[in-house]
Amino acid sequence: MAGSERSKITNPRWLLAELTYSCPLQCPYCANPVDFADIKDELTTSDWLRVFSQARAMGAVQLGLSGGEPLIRPDLSVLVRHARTLNYYTNLITSGYGMSERKILELKEAGLDHIQVSIQSPEKTLNDQLAGTESFEHKKEVARLVKKHGYPMVLCVVIHRQNIHQMRDILEMAIELGADYLELANTQYYGWAHLNRDQLLPTREQFEKAEAVAQGYKEKLKGKMKIYYVVPDFYEDRPKACMNGWGTTFLTIAPDGTALPCHSARELPGLNCPNVRAMSVSDIWLHSEAFNKFRGFGWMKEPCRSCPEKVKDFGGCRCQAYLLTGDMTNTDPVCSLSPLHERVFEAVTSARAATEIGAAKPMVFRNVRNSKNLNA
Amino acid sequence: MSLDAKTLLAFSPLHRLQWEQAQQRHVILYPEGMVELNTTAAEILQLCDGTRNLEGIVEELERKFETTGLIDDIRELLETALENGWIREI
Repeated sequence: MAGSERSKITNPRWLLAELTYSCPLQCPYCANPVDFADIKDELTTSDWLRVFSQARAMGAVQLGLSGGEPLIRPDLSVLVRHARTLNYYTNLITSGYGMSERKILELKEAGLDHIQVSIQSPEKTLNDQLAGTESFEHKKEVARLVKKHGYPMVLCVVIHRQNIHQMRDILEMAIELGADYLELANTQYYGWAHLNRDQLLPTREQFEKAEAVAQGYKEKLKGKMKIYYVVPDFYEDRPKACMNGWGTTFLTIAPDGTALPCHSARELPGLNCPNVRAMSVSDIWLHSEAFNKFRGFGWMKEPCRSCPEKVKDFGGCRCQAYLLTGDMTNTDPVCSLSPLHERVFEAVTSARAATEIGAAKPMVFRNVRNSKNLNA
Repeated sequence: MSLDAKTLLAFSPLHRLQWEQAQQRHVILYPEGMVELNTTAAEILQLCDGTRNLEGIVEELERKFETTGLIDDIRELLETALENGWIREI
């Protein structure tokens, strides 16, 4: 990257700490890498404390504690306490599995700011089937306890073809549970979701119908519940401004200490991501090859290079460019100006065909056995 | 959202207002989000501590900055804050 661009590097605002890849759930759209079972050697407590301090000193202020299932880390309260001392706003992103009222109180006392609970479906059978675990009633109970103990309650539902027809019930469930925020996250097709795309990607008609329902509720619930609707970019004609631009805002640290410009960037071949065991957060952010690779506009090919919209969308998502075109330096094929835009159309057609023939292929659930088999 | 000049205002327990050294400004933090405040907005919102109403806040700031006629701007900011849930009427 040219020296002149270096001077424009902004500091990280968000730190996503993926504390572990272990998870009792098996969601087939999990954003963790498909080969997670082979990634061992989790960071120690003192590694995390150091990372939190270093990122905070650079200006990171939002901290996400995620995974896998972060509750599996026995040192979770220690990490939260340190984050509070540093004045982070700390978000716990959990499936709720393994959460108890005692733990909720312990985390509150440690200074946790908010708990986001994910529910797979408003219907028990589908929830438990997608999660690969009987968890529905417990998740609802956790949501109630979160609310009871004065946390802002954020409910997260990942949307895909298996549950998109339940949009109205999802919203009603969020109202019943008293959610302050509802995140309706259309599946983004990376990791396990990429693998199961034919079974997960809804049709355009399904998307439009569900979105209309969600927008209707958004209006109705104004001032009571905030609804974040994460758009499904396969039906857009311009790409998302992925990560608000590479290496501008977001820093993800994987369980083994690998530092990533986005949580899917592990999938990019030859990116050579640095590790917090060997480098400081500041060196990683400012000087590592991986964080500089797609900063600014110098790396772009046409049609992005001469496009006036590059300042808005930064060429879209590098992982999507890689997964759909085989080359991470290509324009995100979601863009209608991409010469490979038909790859998105092909994905949509393939998923539609799978629906019409009744989902011939079973979904591959995210678990250790499948991870090992896929990577063998 | 219209604001009653007599109702006491408090900062929302579901949000946090703090000074950010790196950004040299106050910010409001909430689940997965952040609003950056300018100096005026920060001055006003810091006075929403549950002991003051619109009139009290205006009085305080007009005294502090030795000026008058701030009420319309302050009311507008507080109405936005109320609408966004940053503050609440108690």
